Amino acid sequence: MRRTYVIRRVLLLFPTLLALYTLTFFLMHATPGGPWDSSEKPLPAAVQEQLKRAYGLDKPLWRQYVAYLGKAVQGDFGPSYAQRSRTVTDIVKTSFPVSLKLAAVAMLVATLIGLPLGIVGALRHNTWLDHLATFVSIVGISTPSYVVASLLVLILASQLHLVPTGGWDGIFSPRIVVPAVALALYPAAVLARYTRSSMLDVLRTDYVRTARAKGLREGAVVVAHALKNALLPVITVAGIVLADVMTGSFFVETVYQVPGIGRFFVQSISGRDYPVILGTVLLLGTVISVMNLIVDLLYPLIDPRIGF
Amino acid sequence: MAQTALPAAPATLGQEPRAKPAKSLWSDAWRRLRRSRPAFVSALLIASLAVLAIVHPLVTEHGYAEQNYDVITQPPSREHLLGTDQLGRDILSRLIFGARISLAVGLTVQTVILLIGVPAGLVAGFYGGKIDMLLMRTVDVLYSLPSLLFVIVIMTFLRAKLQASQGGITAAIGALDERTGGLIGVFIGLGLISWLTVARLVRAQTMALKQKEFVEAARSLGATDRETMLRHLLPNTVAVIVVTATLGIPLAILYEAGISFLGLGATPPMPSWGLMISEAIPNLRAYPYMLVSPALALSATVLAFNFLGDGLRDALDPWMRR
Repeated sequence: MRRTYVIRRVLLLFPTLLALYTLTFFLMHATPGGPWDSSEKPLPAAVQEQLKRAYGLDKPLWRQYVAYLGKAVQGDFGPSYAQRSRTVTDIVKTSFPVSLKLAAVAMLVATLIGLPLGIVGALRHNTWLDHLATFVSIVGISTPSYVVASLLVLILASQLHLVPTGGWDGIFSPRIVVPAVALALYPAAVLARYTRSSMLDVLRTDYVRTARAKGLREGAVVVAHALKNALLPVITVAGIVLADVMTGSFFVETVYQVPGIGRFFVQSISGRDYPVILGTVLLLGTVISVMNLIVDLLYPLIDPRIGF
Repeated sequence: MAQTALPAAPATLGQEPRAKPAKSLWSDAWRRLRRSRPAFVSALLIASLAVLAIVHPLVTEHGYAEQNYDVITQPPSREHLLGTDQLGRDILSRLIFGARISLAVGLTVQTVILLIGVPAGLVAGFYGGKIDMLLMRTVDVLYSLPSLLFVIVIMTFLRAKLQASQGGITAAIGALDERTGGLIGVFIGLGLISWLTVARLVRAQTMALKQKEFVEAARSLGATDRETMLRHLLPNTVAVIVVTATLGIPLAILYEAGISFLGLGATPPMPSWGLMISEAIPNLRAYPYMLVSPALALSATVLAFNFLGDGLRDALDPWMRR
C-alpha cells in the first residue's frame, strides 16, 4: 500500500511536467508574432528567414518539440530572442538564486508571524486577542502583495527613510525588508488560520486534558503536547503556500526592482521572448511540482497515523 | 494564490437548536446568514458596489477615460471626490467603472466553473470507473500546474491570436476583446483553471451520496441516470457549490487585478483596479492618494466576498460549525 502510493505519486510527476511542457510549447509556438516583427522597424524578410534558420524555427514543429525537450532535460533552455548574447540558462542562473533567497526569507518571516498569531488566537479563543488575530489574518489574505509592497515603500522608504526605495543587495541588507515582508504576509495569514483551527481541535483532546490534569505547566502543555500535534495538518498547506510565494515574487520583484526570475518572466512576456517564457514556466513548474511531491511524501513520515 | 478553499472560520455562536421541519434548507440558511454580522454587512457592501457599478454613468459626472490636462494629479476635492490621476482623469469614476471589471471577472469565471466543474464532478462521481479515472487524473495534472503561470501563458497566446485574426468568429471575439480592454483572455484563462476545486468537491459529495437510501429508492422506482443525477444528487451538492463559487470569486478578482497590475491584463484606459494600482506606483511619493483608493477598493471587495463565503459555509452546513 505504502509502496504503491509512493510510486503512483512519483509517477504522476511525469505526466504533469510533460503536460506543462507540451501545453506551453505548443501555445508559445502557435502564438503569432515574435520579438522581430513587433518592433517599429520590421527586419527585412531575408534577415528574418536567417534568424529563423539560426534558431531552428524552420524545422517541422514536432522535431523542435522533441529537440527542445531533449535539451531542456539537460538544463539547456535555448537562446533568448531579446537578449541576443545570453541564453535562457544564463538568465536563469543569475536571477533564480535571487528569487529563491527571497522566497526562503519570506517563508521564514511568514512562519515567525503566522504561527504565533494562530497559537495566540487558539489559546485566547473568542477574546479580543483572538478576534484581532483573525482580523489581521483575513486582511492578510485579502491584500495583494504588490499593495503591501507599495505601502511599505511609501511608509518605510519615502516617509521614514529607513530603507532604500528598491533594489537587491543579498539577504543581509536592509533592502530585503520590503520584498520579504510583502511576500510573507499572505502565507503568514494562511498559516495563522490553519494553525488556529488545528490548535483549537487539539486543545480539546483527551491527552491535553490529561497533561493538564497531571499538573504540567501551561507552557509545557501548549508547546510539547498541543503544538507538536497541531502543526501536523499545517504542514500540508506548506506546498500550496510555497507555490504562492514563488509566483507572488512576480509582483514584489516588479514593485521593488528585485532582479529575480519573476521580473524577467514579466519582461519576457511583454517583449514576446518566447524561449524565456517557455524556460521560466518549465523551471518554476518543475520546482513547484517537486516541492509539492516532497511535502506529500514527507507528511506520512511526520505523522505515523496517516498511512500512505 | 491558493486554489484550495480555506477552512471555515469557526462561528462564534453556540449550537443552534434543531430547525423546525417546516423550514427549508434555504430559509434556515438565510436566518443563520443574517445572524452573522460580518457576512451580512459584506453582502450589503457587495450589493451596493454592484448597484453603483451598474448605474455608473448616472452617478459620476466624468467619464472613466475622460482626460483633462487642467486638473492633473489633483488631491481629493469637491469636484473630484477622490482626486485625479496623472492624466487628469477622475479617480472616483475610474474606481466605480473598475468595479464592473472586478465583479464581471468574478461572476463570469464562476459561471464557467459551474458549467465545467459541476458536470465533470457529477459524472465522475456517479459513474466511477474509467470516466472518473480520466477526469480526475486530468484534474490532478492541471491542479499541480502553477496556476498563475498557466493563466498568463494561455492569455498571451489568446491575445496575440485574437489580434492577428482576420474575419470569422475569432475576429469577432477579437473585436469584443478590444472593446473590453483585452480582458477576454483573462476570462478564458481563469475559467480554464478554476473549475478544478468544484469538480473535486462535487465528485466527493456525489460518491458519498449515491450510496444513500434515497438514491437507491429513486433508482428502484426506475429513475434514469440523468434523472438521478439532476433531481437527486445535484440538489444535495448545491451547498458545496454555492460556498466554493462564492469563495472562488475573490480569488478570480485577485488574479485579474494581479495580471493587470503586471501590465499583462487589461489595456489602458480600461480602469482595472490592478492597472490603477500599477499606474499609481511611479507617482507614489508625491501622490499617495492615487494608490490608496484602488488598493482599498480591491482589498475591501475581496474581504467582503471572503466573509460572505465563510458566512454561507456556516449557514449552509450546520455540521461544520464549531
